[in-house]
Amino acid sequence: MSAAPLLSVQDLKVHFDVSRKGLFAGPPAVVKAVDGVTFDLKPGETLGLVGESGCGKSTLGRAVLRLLPATKGRVVWLGEDLHTLDHAAMQEKRRNMQIIFQDPLASLNPRMTVGQIIAEPLTTFNPNMSGNEVKERVRQMMAKVGLLPNQINRYPHEFSGGQCQRIGIARAMINNPRMIVCDEPVSALDVSIQAQIVNLLMDLQAETGMSLIFISHNLSVVRHISHRIMVLYLGKVMEIADRDSIYANPLHPYTQALNSAVPIPDPDLERQKDRIVLKGDLPSPLNPPSGCPFRTRCPRATEICAQQMPELLPAGPSHHVACHHAGPRD
Amino acid sequence: MAAILDVQGLKTSFTTPEGPVRAVNDVSFAIHAGETLGIVGESGSGKSQIFMSIMGLLAKNGRAEGSVKFKGKEILNIPVPELNKIRGVKMSMIFQDPMTSLNPYLSVKRQMTEVLETHRGMSQDAALAAAIEMLEVVQIPEAKRRVHMYPHEFSGGMRQRVMIAMALLCEPELLIADEPTTALDVTVQAQILDLLGKLKRETGMAIALITHDLGVIAGLADRVMVMYAGAVAERADAGPLFKTPQHPYTQGLLRSMPRLDEARAERLQTIGGQPPNLQRLPEGCTFRDRCVYAFDRCAVERPPLRPVSPDRAKACHLEAL
Repeated sequence: MSAAPLLSVQDLKVHFDVSRKGLFAGPPAVVKAVDGVTFDLKPGETLGLVGESGCGKSTLGRAVLRLLPATKGRVVWLGEDLHTLDHAAMQEKRRNMQIIFQDPLASLNPRMTVGQIIAEPLTTFNPNMSGNEVKERVRQMMAKVGLLPNQINRYPHEFSGGQCQRIGIARAMINNPRMIVCDEPVSALDVSIQAQIVNLLMDLQAETGMSLIFISHNLSVVRHISHRIMVLYLGKVMEIADRDSIYANPLHPYTQALNSAVPIPDPDLERQKDRIVLKGDLPSPLNPPSGCPFRTRCPRATEICAQQMPELLPAGPSHHVACHHAGPRD
Repeated sequence: MAAILDVQGLKTSFTTPEGPVRAVNDVSFAIHAGETLGIVGESGSGKSQIFMSIMGLLAKNGRAEGSVKFKGKEILNIPVPELNKIRGVKMSMIFQDPMTSLNPYLSVKRQMTEVLETHRGMSQDAALAAAIEMLEVVQIPEAKRRVHMYPHEFSGGMRQRVMIAMALLCEPELLIADEPTTALDVTVQAQILDLLGKLKRETGMAIALITHDLGVIAGLADRVMVMYAGAVAERADAGPLFKTPQHPYTQGLLRSMPRLDEARAERLQTIGGQPPNLQRLPEGCTFRDRCVYAFDRCAVERPPLRPVSPDRAKACHLEAL
């Protein structure tokens, strides 16, 4: 996997102006949902994005697909900056980039049959394809994702949550894309169904060589599916490393706290575990702390953290961390 | 130990245009003083409806039968004024989504003091002092100032703390916590779990902890009840249940969760298929279509919940896994 990157995100910023306008205009207010994120994604690679609500992981996923405009920075797809393309050129790129969502039922049109839903991207990009061929391709794809092809004329509400997620995956896969952004794809599913969907995504990746950006707050699932993992906090990258380093040798205090907060399904281990309990809540993204955004909850914070945002610096082979006091857990 | 809550043969069903939905099918269990019982199950397993039945909070089309005794007194389907002397006083419940369970129009102070004035006959001043004290117990910083704020001014974790504080006001003997951390981020979940553990140790109150996350149960529960399709699949002390699950469903659940503390497996084990439709429960064992051990008998005879050792019961024809 030393090939040229499929996707290269450079200093990407997505800011939202949330100040009140008009007669009752308020002071200027900006939410920096994504604030200077840089990473590469190689062909066939899965990058996990983890972080708590409001850390910007979904915004980042959408900005990568240009579903949201970038305030600053570049999203380079095979050498071309997506955010400078005109509409027609961008449309052509979309064939190769897809997204699946958290709520499987809400992301499917209730008035379309499963066949119509899965066929839509196919007919959009191949308007001249014959009806029979479309149907055949849809049936093949349904079988591939574990749906019964004879259910092609049913409607989404007739399926369970796990099956709806399979429909979403079939729709995303029908054009054989090179990258799928998976935005919390298993969070709404029951444990026994989660494992089925994770295995399905990994099987499809092994077969097609596509890349995945896998967004989740569930660290155990992210570790299972990802090759590399990026930890976000209030729009900034705290740490990025390969899967094993993030869990075996996390260097950022936030990553360490996240890891230790995950409950282990073993009463003996769980009760003995030395958990780092962070103080307080996530600060308001409208008014983030100066310097390092994590410093208000960080057990290692000192004066310099309030003054200066630490740079994302190399800390080992394919391991980068942004912390003034980076190091293993005491 | 005396049972605080004794549930016998509880059946809950909902009438729908498509026929009855049997959400809870003949469930019996007890919770003893000071004990934490974990109730695990997936969506539709009936884990919440058991306690909605007990608290008299079923939807209009719901009906519960059986017997529920709170400290020896029958409370299932008793008149609302009678039930109100127990629920919210001796037995309180907290829910998954703290924003929808708090009244957005009332300040936290109003919502907290109301209970004390109604149930305890306290004066306004005394009730306010008690409310502030309780907010301090659940570790809300600046409780004196924050008690006058409205729910939307609190973060998700803080709201859950307010909910817990409200539930604790009348010093209940049983706290029912329905997915108390599911809507929270993992670092905030850790804070709330720590708080529940502390309350459990310090107050000696019994807790019924309902969740879909076996990890959440592992840290707190003394005993665990695993639910499937409206019935108890397995019931055991927490240690043995996690170490040597005896029901194929419990085993499957534990295996299908990736774990941070173990080496990463190349492939997740799964439970195939999906839970049965509660309107058309199959003959025989409700889990058999997904069970890797299923044999002839499972298709014709539904296994009853039977004791397999002094501390363990399971609903499975197999002797051992």
